[in-house]
Amino acid sequence: MKARMGFTGDEAFAYAAKQSMVDVVSAYPITPQTIMVELFSEYVANGEVHTNFVCVESEHSALSACVGASLTGARVLTATSSQGLALMHEIMYIASGLRCPIVMGVANRALSAPLNIHGDQSDMMGSRDCGWAQIYCENAQEAYDWTLQAFKIAENPNVLLPVTVNLDGFILSHAMEGVEVMTDQEAKMYLPGRKVEGMIDPSKPGAVGPLVMPDYYFEFKRQQEEAIRHVPATLQAVTQEYAKLTGRKYGIVDEYETRDADVIIVALGSTAGTIRSVAKGLRKKGKKVGLLKLWLYRPFPTKEAAEAIAKSKVVVVFDRALSPGAPYGALCQDVVSTAYAHKIKPAIVDAVYGLGGRDISPAEIESIYEEALTAAKTGTVKEQVKFVGVRE
Amino acid sequence: MSRDRGKPGWKTLPIAAFIPKPGTSMQYKTGDWRAFRPVIDEKKCVNCLTCWIFCPDTAIKRKEKTVEINYDYCKGCGICATECPVKAITMVEETKK
Repeated sequence: MKARMGFTGDEAFAYAAKQSMVDVVSAYPITPQTIMVELFSEYVANGEVHTNFVCVESEHSALSACVGASLTGARVLTATSSQGLALMHEIMYIASGLRCPIVMGVANRALSAPLNIHGDQSDMMGSRDCGWAQIYCENAQEAYDWTLQAFKIAENPNVLLPVTVNLDGFILSHAMEGVEVMTDQEAKMYLPGRKVEGMIDPSKPGAVGPLVMPDYYFEFKRQQEEAIRHVPATLQAVTQEYAKLTGRKYGIVDEYETRDADVIIVALGSTAGTIRSVAKGLRKKGKKVGLLKLWLYRPFPTKEAAEAIAKSKVVVVFDRALSPGAPYGALCQDVVSTAYAHKIKPAIVDAVYGLGGRDISPAEIESIYEEALTAAKTGTVKEQVKFVGVRE
Repeated sequence: MSRDRGKPGWKTLPIAAFIPKPGTSMQYKTGDWRAFRPVIDEKKCVNCLTCWIFCPDTAIKRKEKTVEINYDYCKGCGICATECPVKAITMVEETKK
């Protein structure tokens, strides 16, 4: 029996967490993530889950508690946003370095200053190099589905790394949608409890997190790199199993009409939905446009991205975060390196948009497509980096 | 680095720098960090154990009439020499005999 529930993105995350046999949750509330842990704490209070909910005084402590719990072999979950994620930054490296398969929901939000609580992806892009796998969701359904799948990716013995499930603040975190869910029994069959020997085991004393000098440190970082390189293959196996069970098929990237497209937009998160809708309209008018949405952003799916943009003439990369002083936004830098490494030469344009929750309209996206189609015809790009919708 | 040749590589090391045996910090002899070496004048020493209490590395051992410094672990911080009430400890530069 397929059940359909009305969920906001935050609620979809919490509901998936409820069905994930999580042993320990430690988190600190911050807008727009708050409902994720607020709702989960209700499940705990109602006795619907047997999770140890550890209340702490900050995000730094929340993630620290998660690291300790994860090292004992427990299944661990947390969630945060923006300033909270920034406060976790130090411990994020420790979680990945100690190979803790923690799953964290991030309701993406702008960073201060100026103070702003609305959606953009600056928070996660700021923690891009922390060694966590990163998944971006387009809607509440994806938030639910990816949360369950994230544990399977994180806990794979070849991976053993933390994973973030990103959903755009407010646009996804607070907007209600219909979400198809598994029964608790189905979820339990897909994702049984974590049963592994933790590094911390009183019957087998050892040292966790010791000082490592220049003669060994590099080797452990190399191990970590190897682990994150195992994510794409693991993700594919995990999503295939999930598709058999639910009929909802995920993967590394989600392509729309890229095969013969002259212009492709690359995007993460909820904006991909708007872009797809605009692209559909333009396709009806015979315009060769496509969309490459990345579900997986770290590790960066170089091979899949290169294949998708190989035949295009112009690629417009949507960056919902600023990388001040860099040649392009973070996502665009990855796309440019990918193109260079694979010797493919579309013109690449960076479209920085939506900072601090600024809306982007279908009309704006359509004009970006149109401008790129003209550039594809004439072979000249007017602007390499655009700031969409900013007032001069 | 040639001096690291023969040490295990990333493929064989336990993950995350986990050390599967307890008590291994004893094998890490920090004495070679030392620039100044504390030297005890046993004639001045009154065996009050002030240095033994203050040593942050527990590198001072008690003996019947005086104390002894464990140079395998003493990092040469000089706290013992500063705290000694009878000035029985002097810090001698390692390069000077």
